[in-house]
Amino acid sequence: MRRSVLPVLTVLAVLLAVWYAACLPMNIREVLTEAERAGATIDPPAAIDRRDMSRLALALRNPAHAGLSWSQDRARLPAPHQVAAEFWQTTVVEEGYSRRGIVQTGSLSNRSLVYHAWVTLSATAIGFVIGAALGIALAIGIVHNRAMDLSVLPWAVISQTIPIVALAPMVVVVLNAVGVQGLLPKAIISAYLTFFPVTVGMVKGLRTPDAMQLDQMRTWSASVPQVLWKLRLPAAMPYLFASLKIGVAASLVGTIVGELPVQRGGLGARMLAGSYYGQTTQIWAALFMAALLAALLIWAIVAIERRTLRRMGVAAL
Amino acid sequence: MSVSPATAAPVISARALNLTFRTADGPVDALRDVNLTIGKGEFVSFIGPSGCGKTTFLRCIAGLETPTAGTLTVNGMTPDDARRARAYGYVFQAAGLYPWRTIGGNIRLPLEIMGFSRADQAARVKRVLDLVDLSGFERKYPWQLSGGMQQRASIARALAFDADILLMDEPFGALDEIVRDRLNEELLGLWARTAKTIGFVTHSIPEAVYLSTRIVVMSPRPGRITDIIDSPLPRERPLDIRDTPEFIAIAHRVREGLRAGHLED
Repeated sequence: MRRSVLPVLTVLAVLLAVWYAACLPMNIREVLTEAERAGATIDPPAAIDRRDMSRLALALRNPAHAGLSWSQDRARLPAPHQVAAEFWQTTVVEEGYSRRGIVQTGSLSNRSLVYHAWVTLSATAIGFVIGAALGIALAIGIVHNRAMDLSVLPWAVISQTIPIVALAPMVVVVLNAVGVQGLLPKAIISAYLTFFPVTVGMVKGLRTPDAMQLDQMRTWSASVPQVLWKLRLPAAMPYLFASLKIGVAASLVGTIVGELPVQRGGLGARMLAGSYYGQTTQIWAALFMAALLAALLIWAIVAIERRTLRRMGVAAL
Repeated sequence: MSVSPATAAPVISARALNLTFRTADGPVDALRDVNLTIGKGEFVSFIGPSGCGKTTFLRCIAGLETPTAGTLTVNGMTPDDARRARAYGYVFQAAGLYPWRTIGGNIRLPLEIMGFSRADQAARVKRVLDLVDLSGFERKYPWQLSGGMQQRASIARALAFDADILLMDEPFGALDEIVRDRLNEELLGLWARTAKTIGFVTHSIPEAVYLSTRIVVMSPRPGRITDIIDSPLPRERPLDIRDTPEFIAIAHRVREGLRAGHLED
Protein backbone atom coordinates (compact mmCIF):
# COMPACT_ATOMS: atom_id res chain seq x y z
CA MET A 1 0.00 0.00 0.00
CA ARG A 2 2.62 2.51 1.11
CA ARG A 3 4.90 1.64 -1.80
CA SER A 4 2.23 2.61 -4.31
CA VAL A 5 1.81 6.14 -2.90
CA LEU A 6 4.77 7.68 -4.70
CA PRO A 7 3.93 6.37 -8.20
CA VAL A 8 0.29 7.41 -7.77
CA LEU A 9 1.27 10.91 -6.65
CA THR A 10 3.72 11.22 -9.58
CA VAL A 11 1.04 10.32 -12.11
CA LEU A 12 -1.35 12.74 -10.42
CA ALA A 13 1.23 15.56 -10.60
CA VAL A 14 1.85 14.90 -14.31
CA LEU A 15 -1.89 14.93 -15.03
CA LEU A 16 -2.36 18.21 -13.14
CA ALA A 17 0.56 19.78 -15.02
CA VAL A 18 -0.91 18.73 -18.38
CA TRP A 19 -4.31 20.07 -17.31
CA TYR A 20 -2.93 23.47 -16.25
CA ALA A 21 -0.91 23.71 -19.49
CA ALA A 22 -3.98 22.86 -21.56
CA CYS A 23 -5.93 25.70 -19.91
CA LEU A 24 -3.65 28.29 -21.59
CA PRO A 25 -4.58 27.68 -25.28
CA MET A 26 -8.13 26.55 -24.44
CA ASN A 27 -9.08 29.80 -22.72
CA ILE A 28 -6.74 32.32 -24.41
CA ARG A 29 -9.29 33.96 -26.79
CA GLU A 30 -11.73 34.87 -24.05
CA VAL A 31 -8.83 35.99 -21.82
CA LEU A 32 -7.48 38.33 -24.52
CA THR A 33 -10.91 39.81 -25.36
CA GLU A 34 -11.43 40.55 -21.69
CA ALA A 35 -7.95 42.10 -21.33
CA GLU A 36 -8.49 44.28 -24.40
CA ARG A 37 -11.75 45.60 -22.96
CA ALA A 38 -9.84 46.45 -19.79
CA GLY A 39 -7.44 48.56 -21.88
CA ALA A 40 -4.44 46.28 -22.39
CA THR A 41 -2.57 46.06 -25.70
CA ILE A 42 -2.74 42.69 -27.34
CA ASP A 43 -0.46 41.20 -29.98
CA PRO A 44 -1.71 41.34 -32.74
CA PRO A 45 -3.91 44.35 -31.88
CA ALA A 46 -6.65 43.82 -34.49
CA ALA A 47 -9.37 41.35 -33.52
CA ILE A 48 -9.69 40.29 -37.15
CA ASP A 49 -6.05 39.19 -37.23
CA ARG A 50 -6.51 37.18 -34.07
CA ARG A 51 -9.57 35.39 -35.40
CA ASP A 52 -7.58 33.24 -37.80
CA MET A 53 -4.62 32.59 -35.52
CA SER A 54 -4.30 29.34 -33.65
CA ARG A 55 -4.95 29.37 -29.90
CA LEU A 56 -1.48 28.06 -29.24
CA ALA A 57 0.16 30.93 -31.19
CA LEU A 58 -2.01 33.48 -29.36
CA ALA A 59 -0.99 32.04 -26.02
CA LEU A 60 2.70 32.16 -26.96
CA ARG A 61 2.54 35.77 -28.20
CA ASN A 62 0.74 37.12 -25.12
CA PRO A 63 2.47 35.52 -22.14
CA ALA A 64 1.66 38.51 -19.94
CA HIS A 65 -2.07 37.72 -19.98
CA ALA A 66 -1.74 33.94 -19.96
CA GLY A 67 -2.14 33.72 -16.20
CA LEU A 68 -5.76 34.83 -16.49
CA SER A 69 -6.52 31.50 -18.27
CA TRP A 70 -6.62 29.83 -14.87
CA SER A 71 -9.17 32.18 -13.31
CA GLN A 72 -11.86 32.64 -15.97
CA ASP A 73 -15.43 32.69 -14.69
CA ARG A 74 -16.83 30.66 -17.57
CA ALA A 75 -13.73 28.98 -18.90
CA ARG A 76 -13.89 26.53 -21.74
CA LEU A 77 -11.55 24.42 -19.66
CA PRO A 78 -11.63 25.35 -15.97
CA ALA A 79 -8.38 24.91 -14.05
CA PRO A 80 -8.11 22.10 -11.48
CA HIS A 81 -8.26 24.48 -8.50
CA GLN A 82 -11.47 26.04 -9.89
CA VAL A 83 -13.05 22.59 -10.15
CA ALA A 84 -11.84 21.76 -6.65
CA ALA A 85 -13.35 25.00 -5.32
CA GLU A 86 -16.66 24.25 -7.06
CA PHE A 87 -16.62 20.74 -5.63
CA TRP A 88 -15.97 22.12 -2.12
CA GLN A 89 -18.66 24.78 -2.50
CA THR A 90 -21.34 22.39 -3.73
CA THR A 91 -20.62 19.67 -1.19
CA VAL A 92 -19.25 20.79 2.17
CA VAL A 93 -20.24 24.47 2.05
CA GLU A 94 -23.70 23.91 0.56
CA GLU A 95 -24.61 21.13 2.99
CA GLY A 96 -22.74 22.43 6.01
CA TYR A 97 -23.23 26.18 5.98
CA SER A 98 -26.03 27.20 3.58
CA ARG A 99 -29.62 27.68 4.78
CA ARG A 100 -30.75 24.81 2.49
CA GLY A 101 -28.09 22.36 3.73
CA ILE A 102 -28.52 19.25 5.81
CA VAL A 103 -27.06 20.92 8.89
CA GLN A 104 -29.77 23.63 8.92
CA THR A 105 -32.77 21.73 7.54
CA GLY A 106 -32.06 18.08 8.24
CA SER A 107 -32.41 17.11 4.59
CA LEU A 108 -30.00 17.34 1.65
CA SER A 109 -30.06 20.57 -0.38
CA ASN A 110 -31.21 19.99 -3.95
CA ARG A 111 -28.43 22.31 -5.13
CA SER A 112 -25.65 20.22 -3.68
CA LEU A 113 -23.61 17.57 -5.43
CA VAL A 114 -24.09 15.31 -2.43
CA TYR A 115 -27.83 15.30 -3.13
CA HIS A 116 -27.35 14.53 -6.83
CA ALA A 117 -24.75 11.87 -6.07
CA TRP A 118 -27.21 10.24 -3.66
CA VAL A 119 -29.95 10.24 -6.32
CA THR A 120 -27.57 8.59 -8.79
CA LEU A 121 -26.17 6.15 -6.24
CA SER A 122 -29.57 4.86 -5.11
CA ALA A 123 -30.76 4.27 -8.68
CA THR A 124 -27.43 2.64 -9.53
CA ALA A 125 -27.62 0.33 -6.51
CA ILE A 126 -31.17 -0.79 -7.33
CA GLY A 127 -30.32 -1.22 -11.02
CA PHE A 128 -27.17 -3.14 -10.18
CA VAL A 129 -28.98 -5.55 -7.86
CA ILE A 130 -31.77 -6.13 -10.43
CA GLY A 131 -29.25 -6.54 -13.26
CA ALA A 132 -26.90 -8.85 -11.35
CA ALA A 133 -29.81 -11.04 -10.15
CA LEU A 134 -31.21 -11.21 -13.69
CA GLY A 135 -27.74 -11.98 -15.08
CA ILE A 136 -27.17 -14.83 -12.63
CA ALA A 137 -30.68 -16.22 -13.19
CA LEU A 138 -30.22 -16.17 -16.98
CA ALA A 139 -26.83 -17.90 -16.66
CA ILE A 140 -28.32 -20.63 -14.46
CA GLY A 141 -31.09 -21.12 -17.04
CA ILE A 142 -28.62 -21.22 -19.93
CA VAL A 143 -26.42 -23.81 -18.22
CA HIS A 144 -29.35 -26.11 -17.33
CA ASN A 145 -31.69 -25.76 -20.28
CA ARG A 146 -30.66 -26.55 -23.81
CA ALA A 147 -33.37 -24.39 -25.38
CA MET A 148 -32.23 -21.39 -23.34
CA ASP A 149 -28.62 -22.20 -24.14
CA LEU A 150 -29.36 -21.91 -27.84
CA SER A 151 -31.74 -18.95 -27.70
CA VAL A 152 -30.88 -16.51 -24.91
CA LEU A 153 -27.29 -15.51 -25.47
CA PRO A 154 -27.70 -14.28 -29.09
CA TRP A 155 -30.57 -12.05 -27.94
CA ALA A 156 -28.53 -10.80 -25.02
CA VAL A 157 -25.73 -9.85 -27.44
CA ILE A 158 -28.19 -8.08 -29.75
CA SER A 159 -29.67 -6.19 -26.78
CA GLN A 160 -26.25 -4.71 -26.05
CA THR A 161 -25.68 -3.48 -29.63
CA ILE A 162 -28.54 -0.96 -29.32
CA PRO A 163 -27.04 2.38 -28.21
CA ILE A 164 -28.24 3.01 -24.67
CA VAL A 165 -28.50 6.75 -25.41
CA ALA A 166 -31.20 5.95 -28.00
CA LEU A 167 -32.96 3.42 -25.81
CA ALA A 168 -33.02 5.35 -22.53
CA PRO A 169 -35.55 8.08 -23.52
CA MET A 170 -37.90 5.40 -24.91
CA VAL A 171 -37.76 3.38 -21.69
CA VAL A 172 -38.49 6.54 -19.70
CA VAL A 173 -41.39 7.59 -21.96
CA VAL A 174 -42.94 4.11 -22.12
CA LEU A 175 -42.70 3.57 -18.36
CA ASN A 176 -44.05 7.06 -17.71
CA ALA A 177 -47.07 6.23 -19.91
CA VAL A 178 -47.89 3.27 -17.66
CA GLY A 179 -47.39 5.35 -14.53
CA VAL A 180 -43.91 4.23 -13.46
CA GLN A 181 -41.75 7.18 -12.46
CA GLY A 182 -38.94 8.09 -10.13
CA LEU A 183 -36.06 5.73 -9.43
CA LEU A 184 -37.36 2.72 -11.29
CA PRO A 185 -36.99 3.82 -14.95
CA LYS A 186 -33.36 4.79 -14.29
CA ALA A 187 -32.75 1.58 -12.39
CA ILE A 188 -34.16 -0.43 -15.31
CA ILE A 189 -31.84 1.28 -17.79
CA SER A 190 -28.97 0.60 -15.42
CA ALA A 191 -30.01 -3.06 -15.01
CA TYR A 192 -30.20 -3.37 -18.81
CA LEU A 193 -26.48 -2.61 -19.02
CA THR A 194 -25.54 -4.65 -15.95
CA PHE A 195 -27.06 -8.05 -16.70
CA PHE A 196 -25.01 -8.74 -19.81
CA PRO A 197 -21.47 -8.99 -18.41
CA VAL A 198 -22.85 -10.93 -15.42
CA THR A 199 -24.61 -13.45 -17.68
CA VAL A 200 -21.57 -13.97 -19.90
CA GLY A 201 -19.22 -14.33 -16.92
CA MET A 202 -21.51 -16.63 -14.97
CA VAL A 203 -22.22 -18.96 -17.92
CA LYS A 204 -18.47 -19.42 -18.20
CA GLY A 205 -18.10 -19.78 -14.43
CA LEU A 206 -20.94 -22.28 -13.96
CA ARG A 207 -19.40 -24.41 -16.70
CA THR A 208 -15.91 -24.61 -15.16
CA PRO A 209 -16.54 -27.93 -13.32
CA ASP A 210 -15.08 -30.66 -15.55
CA ALA A 211 -16.58 -33.99 -16.63
CA MET A 212 -14.88 -35.80 -13.74
CA GLN A 213 -16.36 -33.50 -11.11
CA LEU A 214 -19.83 -33.90 -12.64
CA ASP A 215 -19.40 -37.71 -12.79
CA GLN A 216 -18.35 -37.66 -9.16
CA MET A 217 -21.57 -35.83 -8.25
CA ARG A 218 -23.48 -38.48 -10.22
CA THR A 219 -21.87 -41.33 -8.26
CA TRP A 220 -23.39 -39.73 -5.16
CA SER A 221 -26.77 -39.42 -6.93
CA ALA A 222 -26.72 -35.63 -6.36
CA SER A 223 -29.76 -33.69 -7.59
CA VAL A 224 -29.45 -30.82 -10.07
CA PRO A 225 -29.94 -28.15 -7.35
CA GLN A 226 -27.29 -29.87 -5.20
CA VAL A 227 -24.80 -29.84 -8.09
CA LEU A 228 -25.59 -26.16 -8.65
CA TRP A 229 -25.34 -25.19 -5.01
CA LYS A 230 -22.37 -27.29 -3.91
CA LEU A 231 -20.27 -27.39 -7.09
CA ARG A 232 -21.22 -24.97 -9.86
CA LEU A 233 -21.85 -21.81 -7.83
CA PRO A 234 -18.73 -22.03 -5.63
CA ALA A 235 -16.64 -22.82 -8.72
CA ALA A 236 -18.09 -19.74 -10.46
CA MET A 237 -17.23 -17.26 -7.68
CA PRO A 238 -14.06 -15.79 -9.24
CA TYR A 239 -15.96 -15.27 -12.51
CA LEU A 240 -18.89 -13.73 -10.67
CA PHE A 241 -16.77 -11.04 -9.04
CA ALA A 242 -14.88 -10.23 -12.25
CA SER A 243 -18.18 -9.69 -14.06
CA LEU A 244 -19.73 -7.78 -11.14
CA LYS A 245 -16.87 -5.26 -11.37
CA ILE A 246 -17.61 -4.68 -15.05
CA GLY A 247 -21.33 -4.69 -14.30
CA VAL A 248 -21.19 -2.05 -11.58
CA ALA A 249 -19.34 0.38 -13.86
CA ALA A 250 -21.99 -0.24 -16.54
CA SER A 251 -24.73 0.34 -13.93
CA LEU A 252 -23.40 3.78 -13.09
CA VAL A 253 -23.14 4.76 -16.77
CA GLY A 254 -26.67 3.45 -17.36
CA THR A 255 -28.10 5.48 -14.48
CA ILE A 256 -26.37 8.69 -15.61
CA VAL A 257 -27.61 8.21 -19.17
CA GLY A 258 -31.09 7.49 -17.78
CA GLU A 259 -30.99 10.78 -15.87
CA LEU A 260 -30.55 12.85 -19.02
CA PRO A 261 -34.18 12.50 -20.22
CA VAL A 262 -35.68 12.30 -16.69
CA GLN A 263 -34.22 15.62 -15.48
CA ARG A 264 -35.21 15.10 -11.85
CA GLY A 265 -31.87 15.32 -10.14
CA GLY A 266 -28.85 13.07 -10.33
CA LEU A 267 -25.38 13.58 -11.73
CA GLY A 268 -26.61 13.10 -15.32
CA ALA A 269 -29.15 15.90 -14.92
CA ARG A 270 -26.50 18.05 -13.23
CA MET A 271 -24.09 17.60 -16.16
CA LEU A 272 -26.78 18.37 -18.71
CA ALA A 273 -27.82 21.53 -16.82
CA GLY A 274 -24.17 22.58 -16.70
CA SER A 275 -23.88 22.25 -20.47
CA TYR A 276 -27.15 24.21 -21.05
CA TYR A 277 -25.88 27.18 -19.05
CA GLY A 278 -22.21 26.97 -20.01
CA GLN A 279 -21.21 26.07 -16.45
CA THR A 280 -18.15 24.00 -17.27
CA THR A 281 -16.89 23.89 -13.68
CA GLN A 282 -20.24 22.39 -12.67
CA ILE A 283 -19.88 19.69 -15.32
CA TRP A 284 -16.35 18.91 -14.21
CA ALA A 285 -17.31 18.78 -10.55
CA ALA A 286 -20.16 16.38 -11.39
CA LEU A 287 -17.73 14.27 -13.44
CA PHE A 288 -15.41 13.98 -10.46
CA MET A 289 -18.32 13.06 -8.23
CA ALA A 290 -19.27 10.30 -10.71
CA ALA A 291 -15.68 9.02 -10.68
CA LEU A 292 -15.74 9.05 -6.88
CA LEU A 293 -18.98 7.03 -6.88
CA ALA A 294 -17.49 4.52 -9.32
CA ALA A 295 -14.44 4.13 -7.08
CA LEU A 296 -16.68 3.64 -4.06
CA LEU A 297 -18.77 0.96 -5.80
CA ILE A 298 -15.73 -0.95 -7.07
CA TRP A 299 -14.14 -0.75 -3.63
CA ALA A 300 -17.31 -2.20 -2.08
CA ILE A 301 -17.29 -5.14 -4.50
CA VAL A 302 -13.59 -5.80 -3.96
CA ALA A 303 -14.22 -5.81 -0.19
CA ILE A 304 -17.04 -8.37 -0.57
CA GLU A 305 -14.89 -10.42 -2.95
CA ARG A 306 -12.01 -10.57 -0.46
CA ARG A 307 -14.25 -11.63 2.38
CA THR A 308 -15.98 -14.28 0.27
CA LEU A 309 -12.79 -15.74 -1.17
CA ARG A 310 -11.09 -15.76 2.23
CA ARG A 311 -14.04 -17.69 3.63
CA MET A 312 -13.64 -20.09 0.70
CA GLY A 313 -10.05 -20.76 1.79
CA VAL A 314 -8.21 -18.92 -0.97
CA ALA A 315 -4.82 -18.25 0.58
CA ALA A 316 -3.11 -15.53 -1.46
CA LEU A 317 -5.26 -12.41 -1.49
CA MET B 1 -5.59 -68.48 -1.79
CA SER B 2 -8.51 -66.14 -2.24
CA VAL B 3 -12.13 -67.12 -1.87
CA SER B 4 -13.31 -68.66 -5.12
CA PRO B 5 -15.91 -66.45 -6.85
CA ALA B 6 -18.19 -69.43 -7.37
CA THR B 7 -18.73 -70.03 -3.65
CA ALA B 8 -18.89 -66.39 -2.51
CA ALA B 9 -22.05 -64.35 -3.08
CA PRO B 10 -21.69 -62.52 -6.42
CA VAL B 11 -21.48 -58.77 -5.84
CA ILE B 12 -20.94 -57.80 -9.45
CA SER B 13 -22.07 -59.98 -12.30
CA ALA B 14 -21.67 -59.23 -16.02
CA ARG B 15 -23.13 -61.51 -18.71
CA ALA B 16 -22.39 -61.03 -22.42
CA LEU B 17 -21.88 -57.32 -21.86
CA ASN B 18 -21.49 -55.11 -24.95
CA LEU B 19 -21.05 -51.37 -25.24
CA THR B 20 -20.77 -49.57 -28.55
CA PHE B 21 -20.06 -45.84 -28.66
CA ARG B 22 -21.39 -43.92 -31.66
CA THR B 23 -18.71 -41.49 -32.76
CA ALA B 24 -18.22 -39.26 -35.79
CA ASP B 25 -15.87 -41.91 -37.24
CA GLY B 26 -18.48 -44.65 -36.90
CA PRO B 27 -19.28 -47.07 -34.06
CA VAL B 28 -16.51 -48.04 -31.62
CA ASP B 29 -16.71 -51.33 -29.73
CA ALA B 30 -15.68 -50.26 -26.24
CA LEU B 31 -16.71 -53.57 -24.70
CA ARG B 32 -17.48 -56.85 -26.47
CA ASP B 33 -18.87 -59.97 -24.82
CA VAL B 34 -17.57 -59.30 -21.32
CA ASN B 35 -18.39 -62.03 -18.79
CA LEU B 36 -17.22 -61.60 -15.22
CA THR B 37 -18.41 -62.40 -11.72
CA ILE B 38 -16.89 -60.66 -8.73
CA GLY B 39 -17.50 -62.15 -5.29
CA LYS B 40 -17.74 -60.40 -1.96
CA GLY B 41 -14.42 -59.28 -0.50
CA GLU B 42 -12.44 -59.80 -3.69
CA PHE B 43 -9.79 -57.37 -4.91
CA VAL B 44 -10.03 -57.41 -8.70
CA SER B 45 -7.65 -55.45 -10.91
CA PHE B 46 -8.34 -54.54 -14.51
CA ILE B 47 -5.20 -54.11 -16.57
CA GLY B 48 -4.64 -53.38 -20.24
CA PRO B 49 -3.46 -50.71 -22.66
CA SER B 50 -5.52 -47.54 -23.11
CA GLY B 51 -8.70 -48.11 -25.10
CA CYS B 52 -9.13 -51.67 -23.80
CA GLY B 53 -12.35 -50.76 -22.00
CA LYS B 54 -11.15 -51.21 -18.40
CA THR B 55 -12.32 -47.76 -17.32
CA THR B 56 -15.49 -48.11 -19.40
CA PHE B 57 -16.31 -51.37 -17.61
CA LEU B 58 -15.79 -49.72 -14.21
CA ARG B 59 -18.03 -46.83 -15.31
CA CYS B 60 -20.70 -49.34 -16.37
CA ILE B 61 -20.62 -50.88 -12.89
CA ALA B 62 -21.05 -47.35 -11.46
CA GLY B 63 -23.95 -46.59 -13.79
CA LEU B 64 -22.00 -43.79 -15.47
CA GLU B 65 -22.22 -45.59 -18.83
CA THR B 66 -25.09 -47.73 -20.07
CA PRO B 67 -24.24 -51.04 -21.82
CA THR B 68 -25.87 -51.51 -25.23
CA ALA B 69 -26.40 -55.25 -24.71
CA GLY B 70 -26.06 -57.92 -22.02
CA THR B 71 -26.88 -57.91 -18.33
CA LEU B 72 -25.00 -56.31 -15.48
CA THR B 73 -26.04 -56.52 -11.85
CA VAL B 74 -24.51 -54.94 -8.75
CA ASN B 75 -25.66 -56.44 -5.45
CA GLY B 76 -28.41 -58.07 -7.52
CA MET B 77 -29.71 -54.69 -8.73
CA THR B 78 -29.26 -52.66 -11.89
CA PRO B 79 -26.22 -50.35 -11.66
CA ASP B 80 -28.49 -47.27 -11.44
CA ASP B 81 -30.49 -48.72 -8.53
CA ALA B 82 -27.26 -49.83 -6.86
CA ARG B 83 -25.89 -46.30 -7.16
CA ARG B 84 -29.00 -44.87 -5.54
CA ALA B 85 -28.67 -47.49 -2.79
CA ARG B 86 -25.09 -46.21 -2.18
CA ALA B 87 -23.59 -49.56 -3.15
CA TYR B 88 -20.19 -48.17 -4.11
CA GLY B 89 -17.67 -45.40 -3.57
CA TYR B 90 -15.79 -44.25 -6.65
CA VAL B 91 -12.22 -42.94 -6.61
CA PHE B 92 -11.11 -41.10 -9.75
CA GLN B 93 -7.60 -40.66 -11.09
CA ALA B 94 -7.50 -37.07 -9.85
CA ALA B 95 -8.32 -36.53 -6.19
CA GLY B 96 -10.95 -33.97 -7.27
CA LEU B 97 -11.08 -32.25 -3.89
CA TYR B 98 -12.89 -28.90 -3.91
CA PRO B 99 -10.31 -26.17 -3.23
CA TRP B 100 -12.88 -24.08 -1.33
CA ARG B 101 -13.61 -26.83 1.17
CA THR B 102 -11.34 -28.13 3.92
CA ILE B 103 -10.36 -31.81 3.92
CA GLY B 104 -13.13 -32.43 6.44
CA GLY B 105 -15.56 -30.40 4.30
CA ASN B 106 -14.64 -32.43 1.23
CA ILE B 107 -15.29 -35.72 3.00
CA ARG B 108 -18.56 -34.29 4.33
CA LEU B 109 -19.70 -33.38 0.80
CA PRO B 110 -21.25 -36.75 -0.19
CA LEU B 111 -22.68 -37.06 3.33
CA GLU B 112 -24.40 -33.66 2.97
CA ILE B 113 -25.76 -34.69 -0.41
CA MET B 114 -27.05 -37.98 0.97
CA GLY B 115 -28.68 -36.24 3.93
CA PHE B 116 -26.77 -37.64 6.92
CA SER B 117 -27.33 -35.79 10.20
CA ARG B 118 -24.69 -33.29 11.31
CA ALA B 119 -23.55 -35.38 14.26
CA ASP B 120 -23.34 -38.49 12.09
CA GLN B 121 -21.34 -36.53 9.47
CA ALA B 122 -18.79 -35.41 12.06
CA ALA B 123 -18.38 -38.92 13.46
CA ARG B 124 -17.94 -40.44 10.00
CA VAL B 125 -15.42 -37.82 8.89
CA LYS B 126 -13.33 -38.52 11.99
CA ARG B 127 -13.54 -42.28 11.48
CA VAL B 128 -12.49 -42.33 7.81
CA LEU B 129 -9.72 -39.79 8.41
CA ASP B 130 -8.32 -42.20 11.02
CA LEU B 131 -8.73 -45.03 8.53
CA VAL B 132 -6.52 -43.34 5.89
CA ASP B 133 -4.13 -41.97 8.52
CA LEU B 134 -5.03 -38.31 8.00
CA SER B 135 -6.29 -37.43 11.49
CA GLY B 136 -5.41 -33.84 12.35
CA PHE B 137 -5.79 -32.65 8.75
CA GLU B 138 -9.54 -32.12 8.92
CA ARG B 139 -9.25 -28.31 8.92
CA LYS B 140 -6.51 -28.08 6.30
CA TYR B 141 -7.26 -27.02 2.73
CA PRO B 142 -6.35 -29.35 -0.17
CA TRP B 143 -3.51 -27.12 -1.39
CA GLN B 144 -1.81 -27.58 1.98
CA LEU B 145 -1.52 -31.36 1.34
CA SER B 146 0.81 -33.36 -0.92
CA GLY B 147 -0.60 -35.25 -3.93
CA GLY B 148 -0.48 -38.58 -2.08
CA MET B 149 -2.28 -37.15 0.93
CA GLN B 150 -4.92 -35.61 -1.33
CA GLN B 151 -5.56 -39.01 -2.93
CA ARG B 152 -5.84 -40.57 0.53
CA ALA B 153 -8.42 -37.92 1.40
CA SER B 154 -10.35 -38.80 -1.74
CA ILE B 155 -10.33 -42.48 -0.72
CA ALA B 156 -11.60 -41.44 2.71
CA ARG B 157 -14.39 -39.53 0.99
CA ALA B 158 -15.36 -42.66 -1.00
CA LEU B 159 -15.41 -44.70 2.23
CA ALA B 160 -17.40 -42.18 4.28
CA PHE B 161 -20.88 -43.47 3.47
CA ASP B 162 -20.10 -47.16 4.09
CA ALA B 163 -20.47 -48.54 0.60
CA ASP B 164 -19.45 -52.22 0.37
CA ILE B 165 -17.81 -51.76 -3.00
CA LEU B 166 -14.87 -49.49 -3.77
CA LEU B 167 -14.32 -48.71 -7.45
CA MET B 168 -10.94 -47.14 -8.17
CA ASP B 169 -9.95 -45.79 -11.58
CA GLU B 170 -6.14 -45.49 -11.70
CA PRO B 171 -6.19 -43.73 -8.33
CA PHE B 172 -2.40 -43.63 -8.00
CA GLY B 173 -1.61 -43.09 -11.70
CA ALA B 174 -0.46 -39.50 -11.22
CA LEU B 175 1.79 -40.18 -8.20
CA ASP B 176 5.49 -41.02 -8.13
CA GLU B 177 6.56 -44.61 -7.52
CA ILE B 178 7.69 -44.20 -3.91
CA VAL B 179 4.40 -42.63 -2.84
CA ARG B 180 2.54 -45.19 -4.93
CA ASP B 181 4.26 -48.12 -3.13
CA ARG B 182 3.28 -46.68 0.25
CA LEU B 183 -0.32 -46.10 -0.80
CA ASN B 184 -0.56 -49.62 -2.28
CA GLU B 185 0.58 -51.08 1.02
CA GLU B 186 -1.89 -48.89 2.91
CA LEU B 187 -4.69 -49.83 0.54
CA LEU B 188 -4.10 -53.53 1.23
CA GLY B 189 -4.24 -52.81 4.96
CA LEU B 190 -7.46 -50.88 4.49
CA TRP B 191 -8.95 -53.71 2.43
CA ALA B 192 -8.04 -56.25 5.12
CA ARG B 193 -9.63 -54.12 7.86
CA THR B 194 -12.84 -53.15 6.04
CA ALA B 195 -13.54 -56.30 3.96
CA LYS B 196 -14.66 -54.20 1.00
CA THR B 197 -14.99 -55.54 -2.51
CA ILE B 198 -12.56 -53.56 -4.65
CA GLY B 199 -12.47 -53.01 -8.42
CA PHE B 200 -9.17 -51.40 -9.37
CA VAL B 201 -8.16 -50.10 -12.81
CA THR B 202 -4.44 -49.75 -13.47
CA HIS B 203 -1.87 -50.03 -16.21
CA SER B 204 0.96 -50.99 -13.91
CA ILE B 205 1.69 -54.73 -13.87
CA PRO B 206 3.47 -54.77 -10.45
CA GLU B 207 0.63 -52.78 -8.93
CA ALA B 208 -2.00 -55.18 -10.27
CA VAL B 209 -0.12 -58.28 -9.13
CA TYR B 210 0.75 -56.85 -5.71
CA LEU B 211 -2.80 -55.79 -4.87
CA SER B 212 -5.19 -58.27 -6.43
CA THR B 213 -6.80 -61.57 -5.65
CA ARG B 214 -7.74 -61.72 -9.31
CA ILE B 215 -6.28 -59.92 -12.31
CA VAL B 216 -8.44 -59.30 -15.38
CA VAL B 217 -6.30 -58.72 -18.48
CA MET B 218 -8.02 -56.76 -21.24
CA SER B 219 -7.12 -55.75 -24.78
CA PRO B 220 -8.44 -53.11 -27.16
CA ARG B 221 -10.33 -52.91 -30.48
CA PRO B 222 -12.75 -54.33 -29.50
CA GLY B 223 -12.40 -53.98 -25.73
CA ARG B 224 -12.54 -57.49 -24.29
CA ILE B 225 -11.22 -59.78 -21.56
CA THR B 226 -8.30 -61.92 -22.75
CA ASP B 227 -7.25 -63.58 -19.48
CA ILE B 228 -8.40 -63.87 -15.87
CA ILE B 229 -5.65 -64.80 -13.42
CA ASP B 230 -6.32 -66.07 -9.89
CA SER B 231 -3.50 -64.95 -7.68
CA PRO B 232 -1.89 -67.65 -5.50
CA LEU B 233 -0.31 -64.99 -3.29
CA PRO B 234 -1.37 -64.91 0.39
CA ARG B 235 -3.62 -62.09 1.62
CA GLU B 236 -0.87 -60.81 3.87
CA ARG B 237 1.60 -59.15 1.46
CA PRO B 238 4.70 -57.26 2.55
CA LEU B 239 6.26 -55.07 -0.15
CA ASP B 240 9.20 -57.48 -0.66
CA ILE B 241 6.80 -60.17 -1.84
CA ARG B 242 7.48 -58.60 -5.23
CA ASP B 243 10.86 -60.35 -5.33
CA THR B 244 9.45 -63.88 -4.84
CA PRO B 245 9.26 -66.37 -7.74
CA GLU B 246 5.45 -66.64 -7.41
CA PHE B 247 5.05 -62.89 -7.85
CA ILE B 248 7.39 -62.84 -10.84
CA ALA B 249 5.55 -65.80 -12.40
CA ILE B 250 2.18 -64.02 -12.20
CA ALA B 251 3.68 -60.79 -13.50
CA HIS B 252 5.09 -62.76 -16.42
CA ARG B 253 1.68 -64.31 -17.19
CA VAL B 254 0.05 -60.86 -17.13
CA ARG B 255 2.72 -59.53 -19.48
CA GLU B 256 2.17 -62.48 -21.83
CA GLY B 257 -1.58 -61.84 -21.78
CA LEU B 258 -1.08 -58.19 -22.64
CA ARG B 259 1.32 -59.07 -25.45
CA ALA B 260 -1.09 -61.67 -26.90
CA GLY B 261 -3.85 -59.05 -26.96
CA HIS B 262 -1.58 -56.76 -28.92
CA LEU B 263 -0.45 -59.37 -31.44
CA GLU B 264 -4.03 -60.01 -32.52
CA ASP B 265 -4.34 -56.46 -33.88
